[in-house]
Amino acid sequence: MQPHSPSLLDVQRIKQDFPILQKVPEGRPRLVFLDSAASSQKPQTVIDAMTQCMEQYYANVHRGIYSFSEESTERYELARQTIAQFLNTDTESVIFTAGCTASVNTIARSWGDAEVQRGDLIVATQMEHHANLVPWFQLAQRKEAQVQLVRVTDDGELDWEHWQRCLEQNPKIVAFTAVSNVLGTINPVARMVQAAHRAGAIAVVDAAQAAPHQPLDVRAWDADFVVVSGHKMLGPSGIGILCGKPELLNKMPPFLGGGGMISKVWETGFSCAEGPAKFEAGTPPIVEAIGLAAAANYLTKLGLNAIHEHETKLLIEAHRILSTIEGVRILGPSLERKAGIVSFTLAGIHSHDIAYLMDKQGIAVRAGHHCTMPLHKRFGIAASTRASFYLYNDISDVEALAEGVVSLQSKFRRKRAQ
Amino acid sequence: MAENEEEIYQDHVLDHYEDPYHRGHCEQATHSHEGNNPLCGDVISVELRVDPAGKIVEAWFEGEGCCISQAAASMLMEKVEGKCVEEVKAFSAEDMLKLFGPRLTPNRQKCCLLSWRVMQSAFHSPIQDTEGGSRFGGPNLGEEQ
Repeated sequence: MQPHSPSLLDVQRIKQDFPILQKVPEGRPRLVFLDSAASSQKPQTVIDAMTQCMEQYYANVHRGIYSFSEESTERYELARQTIAQFLNTDTESVIFTAGCTASVNTIARSWGDAEVQRGDLIVATQMEHHANLVPWFQLAQRKEAQVQLVRVTDDGELDWEHWQRCLEQNPKIVAFTAVSNVLGTINPVARMVQAAHRAGAIAVVDAAQAAPHQPLDVRAWDADFVVVSGHKMLGPSGIGILCGKPELLNKMPPFLGGGGMISKVWETGFSCAEGPAKFEAGTPPIVEAIGLAAAANYLTKLGLNAIHEHETKLLIEAHRILSTIEGVRILGPSLERKAGIVSFTLAGIHSHDIAYLMDKQGIAVRAGHHCTMPLHKRFGIAASTRASFYLYNDISDVEALAEGVVSLQSKFRRKRAQ
Repeated sequence: MAENEEEIYQDHVLDHYEDPYHRGHCEQATHSHEGNNPLCGDVISVELRVDPAGKIVEAWFEGEGCCISQAAASMLMEKVEGKCVEEVKAFSAEDMLKLFGPRLTPNRQKCCLLSWRVMQSAFHSPIQDTEGGSRFGGPNLGEEQ
């Protein structure tokens, strides 16, 4: 990789694993992809696993007696095992959903509708993605319950005094993210789960930004529910994971009804299947699960610790260079509690214009509110520009970002220059 | 830049962005409306003073957003002043994109059309004559929780 910064990851080799990174978008000089927090690119091994399934043994799962169905079923269930190992949890607690958002909605609709009552309190935080906010607002609307958001400090961390006050009100649910998708803040998940339990609540952890970038230990977290997105961790879109404690899952009513989730159906009713199947109504994301397992294997092979360390190096360099540029304001906490995400504003230039002009230089960054409108409002801004790093980025990408920011400043400074 | 792409930050766009026409508050507004673009959070509010004959005497905007959304709003205010409401109602999205000038990709067309959309809604949002004089539009839909 870069000579001045040795890394445990061989980024040049890793890049070769991603066909899309060999391409240059039309009319652009290059591709510097810095939007993995929105969705990651896919390595060949994931593409191959999915193609192989569709070309060689695809059939519906848990239904056919013929060989293709047997093989698809076997691989689908093997994918569940792989994901359970990846997250360090029991196979029985892994449910495949349509995505992280679907996972949160399943918890809110199933556990929430059964357990939350009028006047109950649901605690979330100001740094949540809309996916971990709106389902709770909806639940609160259905049940006439309350939602309270733990405040975020100016430094982009949770306000622990306010957190304490929120928990003292005996919430039913405490939902929070492991890593902020805007600030990059890494939250102390295990400690927070413990506190939620002491307050008598269940803990729901959004691990969408954590699972792709650091080793996850769901058992050690001891959370009641953990949700994960497939497409952010090198897997395909259309699949997410809902991890739940088996004792809770067993008691919960199903959310979606249909084939696959039943034990028996008669003319006037039905009984539920047991285990994860209860929450996997309809034909599940078979090809996607097989692709996601390939992604998990690929990440495990490279090592989540190495990936995390690599991203931290890029983060440090990004902070170092960007903070020397006049007008740049970086959001989020200090480096030691931050994942590889750098959101910033640039005085006088809107993030949409930044992203547009960066794109012309072949740099893909995200602009807008990143599905966190309350968080942006808290910082008094409507939008920010976000660069997020992954295992296929290197120092040259960070340098390109900084050069891009400097170059577009002159474009909007005509008046001031006169 | 690809051949089918055009430089959108042309001088006349930047002129409107840096020195907008009627950015601010309309003292005797008769119509107002506010809207946002949920994709990026851009907000535009439009205040109009329409005389009894249906002529737009003054058009003002306020807002926060990208160069395209703010410049387009400025161009639109300049364009509609002195025109009849009916005439401006007939001013289509396509006309607005033409007024803006540089060709835009679909996502950025939304930026350009935000003020146009708010303006069209403003015609249906007369200000009730309560405290007399002007007041700022309705609630910002984007901020409802």
